[in-house]
Amino acid sequence: MEIVFLIFILVLSVFLGFELISKVPATLHTPLMSGANAISGITLAGAFLSAGMVDSEMGKYLGTAAVAFATVNVVGGYMVTDRMLGMFKSKKAGGK
Amino acid sequence: MNIELLANLSYIVSAALFIFGLKMLGSPATARRGNLFSSLGMLIAVVAGLTAEGIVSYEYIVGGMVLGAIIGGLAARLVAMTSMPEMVALFNGSGGAASLLVGWSTLYGGGIETFTAITILLAILIGGLTFTGSLIAYAKLAEVMNSAAIVFKGQRIVNSLLLVGIVYAAYMFCLDPQPDSQWLYITLGLALLLGVMAVIPIGGADMPVVISLLNSYSGIAACAAGFAINNNILIVAGSLVGASGIILTNIMCKAMNRSLANVLFSGFGAVKQGKAIEGEVKPISVEDAYYLFEAASNVCFVPGYGMAVAQAQHVVKELGEILEANGCEVSYAIHPVAGRMPGHMNVLLAEADVPYEQLVEMDDINPRIENVDIAVVIGANDVVNPSAREDEDSPIYGMPIINVDQARTVFVLKRSMASGFSGVDNPLFFGENTRMLFGDAKESIAGVISEFG
Repeated sequence: MEIVFLIFILVLSVFLGFELISKVPATLHTPLMSGANAISGITLAGAFLSAGMVDSEMGKYLGTAAVAFATVNVVGGYMVTDRMLGMFKSKKAGGK
Repeated sequence: MNIELLANLSYIVSAALFIFGLKMLGSPATARRGNLFSSLGMLIAVVAGLTAEGIVSYEYIVGGMVLGAIIGGLAARLVAMTSMPEMVALFNGSGGAASLLVGWSTLYGGGIETFTAITILLAILIGGLTFTGSLIAYAKLAEVMNSAAIVFKGQRIVNSLLLVGIVYAAYMFCLDPQPDSQWLYITLGLALLLGVMAVIPIGGADMPVVISLLNSYSGIAACAAGFAINNNILIVAGSLVGASGIILTNIMCKAMNRSLANVLFSGFGAVKQGKAIEGEVKPISVEDAYYLFEAASNVCFVPGYGMAVAQAQHVVKELGEILEANGCEVSYAIHPVAGRMPGHMNVLLAEADVPYEQLVEMDDINPRIENVDIAVVIGANDVVNPSAREDEDSPIYGMPIINVDQARTVFVLKRSMASGFSGVDNPLFFGENTRMLFGDAKESIAGVISEFG
């Protein structure tokens, strides 16, 4: 039952994803991609469990590496997306 | 209330914030706030993850996070906007690596059922090929390695064997899922190799497709990792990213009039030669160009990546402002593959302070291109080549283009009469209403500006 439940979530979010992303204008496709990079850093939430385990040295090292990689995505992704989006200015705002 | 329930409730909140964030990305006016919402969602998910049961030691976690934050933060701050494709390629790679590692380390938890073993393997497989594939894509984009397609005889046979090997090793592993199983290492090794083999036959011009696709893979890998560790938020976030990458891949393929299979499996060889073009090229001087600009009431710039290479976007924007002050309507028509990744050109123009209202998509400008007095083509070639519309023998036939040839006048800024990236002749240059402004684009535009002076 657990599996069916997870697949249920998967299918719904895939549809939602298509619905949402197809509304993003071409102008913002690059920030969309870097923002997606940041969101895929969600693996971080999973990596904690592995890195925090004590019973296996190897598992801990792998988990720690996963934490590092995922944090690169989260921090780097959100920061660079914010930097880019900050450049998009409206005419009305007078360039600021 | 127990901690696990609380964590799952917070995941719902962060999933909602991700969704809101993506929704607000629907307009440049709200996009930045959307990104903040999304990052808030991430913060909540991370905090919830940290409280999960079973975490005993935090030293390693903190160490990994500090290291990752320093690398990510520095990269985000220092990267030049022209290098965004390389950066996104690397981020795709690190996303893939993270999912691979999460999947792998889960094995050490013990008590693995078959279904979990399969999902772990998928995370390792997709994560692994995303990782090495992205590194190759990065190397090609950064021109660390030759960006041309690498093709050799029997390539497909080698790749097919590789796939069969992966399936076999994966099957053997699932029979007895142990962390020290030799089949695990074989699968991992083959997956890493597959990533390399999949990207080397793809030429530099097709990289926008590849990074979009790898972007999607990094999401799918996160999704697989979510199944492996039974975590909803990984599945939701991963599939959002996966869907996003697939949509972008599709848009890029359409913009180049190629199928995904064609991009992935065959290096772009301009085999067919279109009609030879004859005609007279009509050059124009900076001074004459100025007179036309001065009289124009609707000017549309059509930039290509050549403009960014020449760093001409700032002078172009300056000219745009002068024209506006002169009572002229100014817009920038951007072809989907104008930059080196989806939306890249828009970012480069936004960096030069072009207001986003003036950035128009190909499908918006084409129906009203006849009202444009002057279309200024800067550093673009194939995306404005009328052969794509008219000449069935042309290798780019069928590719959607910006129909600048239908504007009242076309200025083409060009160094000399060489053909474009795909090596295809461009009849636009010989058009009745086309005027060639030869020379360095930046200097030519600066020349026009000083005439306005």
